[in-house]
Amino acid sequence: MSSVEQIAPERPTKLFAKRQSVHPRRIDGPFRRFKWLVMFVTLAIYYGTPWLRWDRGPYAPDQAVLIDLANQRFYMFGIEIWPHEFYFVAGLLIMAGIGLFLVTSAVGRAWCGYSCPQTVWTDLFQHVDRFVDGDRNARMRLDAAPWSAGKAARRAFKWTIYLVIAFWTGGAWIMYFADAPTLTRDFWNGDAASVAYGTVAVLTATTFWLGGFMREQVCIYMCPWPRIQGALIDEKSLIVTYKDWRGEPRGSVKKAEKDPGAFGDCIDCNLCVAVCPTGYDIRKGPDVACITCSLCIDACDRVMKEVGRPRGLIDYATLEDCRHEAAGGQPRPAWRTLLRPRTVIYFTIWAGIGLALLFALGTRTHLGISVEPDRNPSFMLLSDGSVRNAYTVKLRNMQSRPRALQLELEGIPAAEMWTDDMPRQEAARKIVREIPPDTTLPLRVYVIAPPGSPPQAFGFAATTQGERPERAASETRFEAPENER
Amino acid sequence: MANRRLDEATGTETVGHEWDGIEELDTPMPRWWLWTFFATVVFAVGYAIAYPAWPLVEKGTEGVLGWTSRGEFAREMQHERDGRAALMAQLTATPIERLADDPELMRAAVAGGRAAFKVNCVQCHGSGAAGSAGYPNLNDDDWLWGGDLKTIEYTLLHGIRQPGEDTTRTSLMPAFGGALSSEQIGQVADHVLSFSGKAKDNAAGAQLFADNCAACHGPAGTGNRELGAPNLADAIWLYGGTSESIAQQIRQPRHGVMPAWQHRLDPVTIRMLAAYVHSLGGGEQFVEVAANAADQADEQR
Ligand code: SF4
Ligand code: SF4
Repeated sequence: MSSVEQIAPERPTKLFAKRQSVHPRRIDGPFRRFKWLVMFVTLAIYYGTPWLRWDRGPYAPDQAVLIDLANQRFYMFGIEIWPHEFYFVAGLLIMAGIGLFLVTSAVGRAWCGYSCPQTVWTDLFQHVDRFVDGDRNARMRLDAAPWSAGKAARRAFKWTIYLVIAFWTGGAWIMYFADAPTLTRDFWNGDAASVAYGTVAVLTATTFWLGGFMREQVCIYMCPWPRIQGALIDEKSLIVTYKDWRGEPRGSVKKAEKDPGAFGDCIDCNLCVAVCPTGYDIRKGPDVACITCSLCIDACDRVMKEVGRPRGLIDYATLEDCRHEAAGGQPRPAWRTLLRPRTVIYFTIWAGIGLALLFALGTRTHLGISVEPDRNPSFMLLSDGSVRNAYTVKLRNMQSRPRALQLELEGIPAAEMWTDDMPRQEAARKIVREIPPDTTLPLRVYVIAPPGSPPQAFGFAATTQGERPERAASETRFEAPENER
Repeated sequence: MANRRLDEATGTETVGHEWDGIEELDTPMPRWWLWTFFATVVFAVGYAIAYPAWPLVEKGTEGVLGWTSRGEFAREMQHERDGRAALMAQLTATPIERLADDPELMRAAVAGGRAAFKVNCVQCHGSGAAGSAGYPNLNDDDWLWGGDLKTIEYTLLHGIRQPGEDTTRTSLMPAFGGALSSEQIGQVADHVLSFSGKAKDNAAGAQLFADNCAACHGPAGTGNRELGAPNLADAIWLYGGTSESIAQQIRQPRHGVMPAWQHRLDPVTIRMLAAYVHSLGGGEQFVEVAANAADQADEQR
């Protein structure tokens, strides 16, 4: 035996390890029931939301949540987001990010364990496995069995169910982008946009593949999030932990009876590994492979109950608690991890952004104006010596009904304006335009000031007519020759 | 240099190169990688046969598919032209003074004109069409020959003082450098400036103007579009509005030339250019259209 073999006795012969199939066993318990609940709620939200209706009057779609890319609108119940208000969406995304930080620093990888789409769909597909092939042992037997007509039929049946779920998932996605009932009809009639079919095909394929076959490999090898989480979790974050100071050394009940005091609480039944959706053995310590789904807690608590030992051999604990308990201290209540500077700071930022968004939502007007002055040329001398500037003024009516808007000059007392769709003779300080619902009206506006007017700042103001008038204004500049006259 | 040996830790042969004590294992390629590589080789051979690939002395190989990037470009351009054919036909068929009746068509014409302007006109009139000394500003409301759509189109087609062009607009201001003395020219220039209140009038200048200039520019200097005689009573000066530049123009006038574009551009492009220039803010109403608008207003009432 060479010295190398002594150093690395299990030298790799291949540089790639084949995936070991994971066949998690059914388990029941509080965490499993919570997982059921989360799965039901999240899937119901995902599949059901596009079918909720919301009456917005005759001019706007009546789908409660709709991302209308063609018209560049985002509808969410009573809220309607325009492209220039995209900061709402950006704000929500930032909140989602900080929310993840908050949750992770408080309760570890709760997102991974319960509500990550990959987790939810993997869970769903595992239930399908159980439904078609039976529980863990039956599935392992079937896996190992040679191909036969029966096995092929089972596989075909199972993959068909996968495919139906995957297709339904891909189909639900496009419903967010167009009126759901209409799109469904068009889709089956072959009238939907090709991008709809493409999206459904891609999402069906990815759901089928990632949920049906890749499963825990996505969490362990493909997903970047666990790598970032490592930096977000500290010694005060709750994680699923095997209390080795209590469990080790392991030994079966029989051995422990023979030799009392020599063994820890773990009876080495391996149930915690059997139920784990990623096939990880939590007794090896925290690892990227553990998505904190807590099914092993359910499993071990059940075992402990059967053998009459206290629950919580595997439990949520912080690394700090672990040290404390290992040194002989009493278990501390888990809620204490929730309230500490780090989580409070995250929560404050998170809530601050949320309040700011709410405030912006409450105070925003349904009227917008933007003014862009012509720069080439920046001003124009007319034959009677007066000075003319040109502007592109965009008026936005962000309501689902047509409105009359009055555009008015503010400043440059002697100035008047006209637009390129009206005769110059009708130039005035106020012009009124009818704007269709949910529309931006671009106007080319000429402002004319008497000879000798100096360059100066002024503004355009738009006001709606009728009850509850709204107003929007924009500052801009009037350019003129500096040294004339 | 090759020093192949068996690596003890892995039992794999090394490739025999060493960099600062680091050696590379001669691990075989995965099968799929090799097949992918072979597939790319096959693809490359097929590609080199099908498409132009090998440079030869005179020309490159042409490829059995006969594809060329020029051909591709021509096809794309043709496709683009075909797509616009209907619009272009409509633009050709619509008399320019009727363009405004169809806002959609007008918008298309202005957009097309803007593009054509950037290619053909900016050299003289500037990218913002604001012109410069000697090159008219097309944004303002002063037109030597008229600023309605039809007149602008005519000017574009036939040019101004285009040599060898029968239908071109021509006006030639005589040079007064020999006929008038320097002092007299200064007096006329002052009189001309007095029209727009920029200088004090003088009787001698007024008399000289009445004798020599009023025939074309009018007694009050307001110009004559029939002759392309500029309005001297407004604030816009093609060659500068100081008494020196005016005096120079009286002494030895400069005459700008606008090319006749009908030989260089097709009629639709010229029509679109006219629409664009008209849209710049100084365009004038076509008289007949104005009458029409009045009719429509009456009907609505
Ligand atoms: S080790 Fe436990 S908590 Fe972690 S993934 Fe497996 S079952 Fe879930
Ligand atoms: S379920 Fe509990 S008792 Fe059984 S092996 Fe796992 S840790 Fe040990």
